[in-house]
Amino acid sequence: MTYTSERPPITESSDSLRARIPGWGADLDPEDRPSVPKLQWQEDRSGAHWEFPERQPEKWPRERSIEHEFLTPVFGTSCPPKGLSGALRRFSYRKYSEGRAAHWLLLLAADRVDAVESHLRSFATLRPDNPVTETGVLSEFTRHGFSSRVGKKRADVKHHLADPIIVAGPWVLAAGLAYSAVRKVLRWRRG
Amino acid sequence: MRAMVYRGPYKIRVEEKDVPAIEHPGDAIVRVTLAAICGSDLHLYHGMMPDTRVGMTFGHEFIGVVEEVGSGVRNLQRGDRVMVPFNVYCGTCWFCARGLYSNCHNVNPNATAVGGIYGYSHTCGGYDGGQAEFVRVPFADVGPAVIPDWMDDEDAVLLTDALATGYFGAQLGEIVEGDVVVVFGAGPVGLFAAKSAWLMGAGRVIVVDHLENRLEKARTFAHAETYNFTEYDDIVVHLKRLTGHLGADVAIDAVGAEADGNLTQHVTSAKLKLQGGSPVALNWCIDGVRKGGTVSVMGAYGPMFSAVKFGDALNKGLTLRMNQCPVKRQWPRLFEHIRNGYLKPSDIVTHRIPLEHIAEGYHIFSAKLDGCIKPLIVPNAG
Repeated sequence: MTYTSERPPITESSDSLRARIPGWGADLDPEDRPSVPKLQWQEDRSGAHWEFPERQPEKWPRERSIEHEFLTPVFGTSCPPKGLSGALRRFSYRKYSEGRAAHWLLLLAADRVDAVESHLRSFATLRPDNPVTETGVLSEFTRHGFSSRVGKKRADVKHHLADPIIVAGPWVLAAGLAYSAVRKVLRWRRG
Repeated sequence: MRAMVYRGPYKIRVEEKDVPAIEHPGDAIVRVTLAAICGSDLHLYHGMMPDTRVGMTFGHEFIGVVEEVGSGVRNLQRGDRVMVPFNVYCGTCWFCARGLYSNCHNVNPNATAVGGIYGYSHTCGGYDGGQAEFVRVPFADVGPAVIPDWMDDEDAVLLTDALATGYFGAQLGEIVEGDVVVVFGAGPVGLFAAKSAWLMGAGRVIVVDHLENRLEKARTFAHAETYNFTEYDDIVVHLKRLTGHLGADVAIDAVGAEADGNLTQHVTSAKLKLQGGSPVALNWCIDGVRKGGTVSVMGAYGPMFSAVKFGDALNKGLTLRMNQCPVKRQWPRLFEHIRNGYLKPSDIVTHRIPLEHIAEGYHIFSAKLDGCIKPLIVPNAG
């Protein structure tokens, strides 16, 4: 038992487990575990045939962490920064390291700005955002939305009703504060 | 081509996009034949991962056929049927040379703390992912492998992340014969971690979750003993009782950033984004494992700080082990286990969804409707 040197007994023997569970103990020897030890020199270089990779052309100034010495030789080219969200992202990468909360908070703020910008931009297209189809919410009716939740002892169901308030609340509060601030400034300027 | 596109938190749609081009001599363009939605994609979908841009295509679990190769590619050719690890990696940087493919330093300009991942925000390199008809695969000579003829497509796609990650998580637990292993989370990674724990000689495997259908799968697929934490006043105390008040020898967090079970943690992280993730499962690991035990973290967390019970981890003398999985390193051994019949990854697949209906797929998976455990995405479902 725990309060003495004896270990609490395991209820099933290794022989019984080996008989019951296919493959039991196949990797008992750490030598058979591919990531043991963590650092292992890879003779085959996983197929690479270069010392340092050729550099991918940089078609626009690619934002990068200031913890890097230089732009990595290969990088993703999805969604170049644009608009106000792009300016926020570029500033965050230029100014703050990954160690600073400001870096990540600015990037998260830029994500929210990006969503609003893109949503507004979509109204100028032939395919405006459609919250019904894009959220997939209709599957609530076709994929047992009610019976998947009720009587299932799910921990998340408890806060489902509060989720919209929690998500929208800070935005409503921020909008209210911004409105109030603008009104105060206008009143002050009018004298 | 048709591709899933992110439109903001909880919103995605399928759009017509340009077929990706070769941008580097080592690139390949792969025509995707099967993809999957990963639990970690939900962190992007919920707007939790910083620098997730509107217009990005998600998807880091996919297989396909090589459509085009760059001038420097030697190991693949057009027509090869390939599986692609979720890691984008170069093979020759300090980290890759030592097998840490998930920590490659040559593929992610946006961050040094994480390597490159397909379709996983700009924080992970800004690569579009495989929930589309085509995808750009950098360093095609390094990451992808030709799928063996005997391997089923659904098994192959699960090898690109979920199975490899679960198996890796069990390895990080440093399991010895007879160990008691507790796995928090009975999603795909948790199920595979529980199953893998037996391969490493565990004496007892306990799985904790709150979704009954997933616990049922943990019993049938992973031969585990299961507990629904909502049925107990305090799951940590229950675990102590189950283990003679010693605690588990090894605890595996297979939940990550959106863990439920503590309202404050969940709301401050998943909803208000004030933490990098809700470390409820991680804290249960720390408190539920025995002193001197090992905690393996496979759940994904964002780069911000999280309210982790570090003092308990210190005072208990725990070993904390974690990483994104270096997928290709796991493959040779996992191929053997599948061939020997020890693992049948596709047994956990519950939904096969056409790409055109991917918005419903995300909602079903996110809201945990319809008994969903693992949804696959079929780009050309006809």
